[in-house]
Amino acid sequence: MTQTSQSYSAKDEATSFLAKRTAWDRAKILLKKSPNTARFGMIVIAAYVIVAVFAPWIAPYGQAEVFPVPYAPWGGDHMFGTDQIGRDILSRMIYGARNTVGIAFATTILAFLIGASLGLAAAINRSWLDQFISRSVDVLMAIPSLIFALVLLSIFGSSVINLIIIIAVLDSTRVFRLTRAVAVNVVVMDYVEAAKLRGEGLGWIMRREILPNIMPPLVAEFGLRFCFVFLTIAALSFLGVGIQPPTADWGSMVRENASLIQFAQYDLKAGLTPLLPAAAIALLTVAVNFVVDWFLHHTSGIKD
Amino acid sequence: MSSDILLDIKGLKIQGFSDERWHEIVKGVDVTLKRGQVMGLIGESGAGKSTLGLAAMGFTQPGCKITEGQILFDGVDLAQLSEAQKRRYWGNRITYVAQSAAASFNPAHRLIEQTTASTLRFGKKSQAEALEDAKSLYAELNLPNPDTIGDRFPHQVSGGQLQRVMTAMAMSPRPDLIIFDEPTTALDVTTQVEVLTAMRKIVEHFNTAAIYITHDLAVVAQMADFIKVLRYGEEVEEAETRKMLSAPEKEYTKSLWSVRALVKEPEPAQEPILEIKNIDAAYGKVKVLHNVDISVPRGSTVAVVGESGSGKSTTARVITGLLPPASGQIEFGGQILPSKLQDRSKDQKRQIQMIYQMADTAMNPRQTVREIIGRPLEFYLGLRGQAAEKRILELLEMIELDGRFMDRLPGELSGGQKQRICIARALAAEPDFIICDEVTSALDQIVQEGILRLLMRLQKELNLTYLFITHDISTVRAIADQVVVMNLGRVVEQGAKNDVFSPPHPEYTELLLASVPEMDPDWLTNLNAGRA
Repeated sequence: MTQTSQSYSAKDEATSFLAKRTAWDRAKILLKKSPNTARFGMIVIAAYVIVAVFAPWIAPYGQAEVFPVPYAPWGGDHMFGTDQIGRDILSRMIYGARNTVGIAFATTILAFLIGASLGLAAAINRSWLDQFISRSVDVLMAIPSLIFALVLLSIFGSSVINLIIIIAVLDSTRVFRLTRAVAVNVVVMDYVEAAKLRGEGLGWIMRREILPNIMPPLVAEFGLRFCFVFLTIAALSFLGVGIQPPTADWGSMVRENASLIQFAQYDLKAGLTPLLPAAAIALLTVAVNFVVDWFLHHTSGIKD
Repeated sequence: MSSDILLDIKGLKIQGFSDERWHEIVKGVDVTLKRGQVMGLIGESGAGKSTLGLAAMGFTQPGCKITEGQILFDGVDLAQLSEAQKRRYWGNRITYVAQSAAASFNPAHRLIEQTTASTLRFGKKSQAEALEDAKSLYAELNLPNPDTIGDRFPHQVSGGQLQRVMTAMAMSPRPDLIIFDEPTTALDVTTQVEVLTAMRKIVEHFNTAAIYITHDLAVVAQMADFIKVLRYGEEVEEAETRKMLSAPEKEYTKSLWSVRALVKEPEPAQEPILEIKNIDAAYGKVKVLHNVDISVPRGSTVAVVGESGSGKSTTARVITGLLPPASGQIEFGGQILPSKLQDRSKDQKRQIQMIYQMADTAMNPRQTVREIIGRPLEFYLGLRGQAAEKRILELLEMIELDGRFMDRLPGELSGGQKQRICIARALAAEPDFIICDEVTSALDQIVQEGILRLLMRLQKELNLTYLFITHDISTVRAIADQVVVMNLGRVVEQGAKNDVFSPPHPEYTELLLASVPEMDPDWLTNLNAGRA
């Protein structure tokens, strides 16, 4: 830039111009710089996804297949033994990944669809609509969500669809709060006003002008929200109103085998059986949080 | 006498880290400043003037480092000192006045506590003495109610007052050197005059040396004993103020000086394209426009001038339909325009386009230039694919850029280029009428000139009409055919540029015009003598 001519030219103004990279290149660079905790988290999540998707091929037996010996010990035909009615624990663990994680994922997606679109609409509208939605959300949030979910599930019955819808609606309140809070900062930008002046509709402004600018906090929230939903489902199943038998699920597996823990003094392995699904839940929660932490750190631009 | 020299910077080089590598921001600059002298430091943004100003304190911003050179302050090399040792100088013998006073004060503490904080920290005076001294400084800086103003919180005083309180804060420990970093850039012209007068008086009174950083030549001419021009981190030239103004040596300096020479010959008035009649408008219960009448002839530029709060931007919001007026009507091209935006047809929306002050926030940071310019083409004119591509290229050439910019994001453009893209976006709609809201006030002078020339050329080629909102009188001189002067929500004066700018003036126009700094080192002195 030193030989720039003395006359002014708009083209030659100094700018920081980044080399164009494809999304693939950027992802590779990003991965290379990721910390070990995040890599660990990504590997764990990938493993869970693989297990969930290929459950019928990986699992040695079916999830509802009953064998003659209940509470069979570890080893032999059943790696982690069998449960109170003689179902293979390992197979149920593998199918549980599919059911628990799959339902949690679907619920989180639904919660985001509801929460984010209402949040964006409220942030753009800022009038009676905002007031109406915000106050309704306040009411929903005032009731402890686990108890509220229990009540609703006993009213509507605990089918998978009901479970997804009820938890999604209850969790969408948090998503709404976050979306609205970050979106109001973007709504006041001149480019949103420019889009309004151009005559763009609400949908365009939501999707094209605002959403891309609030993605990072939403993605991070997605990770955390997924953990909470997942824990809520496990808790509800543990209480017996979540995923219903014979569908395998980690939460109800903890409950069904909980009594085994008393036998730990006689057979350590048997005592560990109820802790296996609990550990599966804990490991996934930790893994997701590692990845979210790193992602937040990366997108918030904090430099070490 | 070597002790005469307060600050002696030798061969200073500073590097900054960005885009994953180190860039040289300051490339070997020398500064010699004697006690009591004021040095003006001017240059475009990115010239390294703020970095150099901060380096005079031995300070570098995070992500920057001093790689070479000495910063001798009263014989001590600040570049070699530890952070703790440098702290003994900061807020004590060297102080700093920042550009944005509002962002620099702690909103939770009273002004006088903040004014005296560093004096008390160094134990230079007792608390009672320091408070007394702060009050006398307030009085000297012509702040209203000097005995009580210090008890207020930062949000309870105006921007110009806050900037003067910050000067008092800088002066409180009686430093040897004050660094002013664009202290008046964010202020209105009439306020700027007061602040400049106060700063100059106090610096002279205490015989304090100062470095005054700005991109406004006329301002620096009032303040500085000598001026240093920077570009790309290197010194272009340095000379005594009068000599620099009358006979600059380097080509680049001359080009900086020539910006103010841009003048447009007024066009003969055609029939009006836009007429707003008896407009009253309010935000909630606060009435901001009172009976505003403005008529804009086709193919001309009408400049709306006034200070912040005068209602100029509100007028623009009324015309665009964002703020429906309480009463009055808007006629556009002979037809009455619905007052609400959603009642206007797509074609009515297309005909009126707007260009914003801050190009940074006027473009979605996640959209490329192609998407930004392409959207109005698709939305209004239904252009897609090849046809849109061709038109985007034409538009880019029209604004003196080219196809290389197509896939860039706004963050990869300079300030001037961003504003050009905003102009292209407005042009893409093929409008008749463009509202320019302070479009050049955030830009450097040389870039401003480029944008103004571009707007004038486009006006000729496309027969555009501009409503040009600004507080900068020299911009008005440069491009307007007609001028509307606004104050407190009312139109004070309206007419052809030459009529408005030649006496007799209404009182407010007189004040506004007289407050515009001129490229004459004696201007401020004469102005204050005249007002006294």
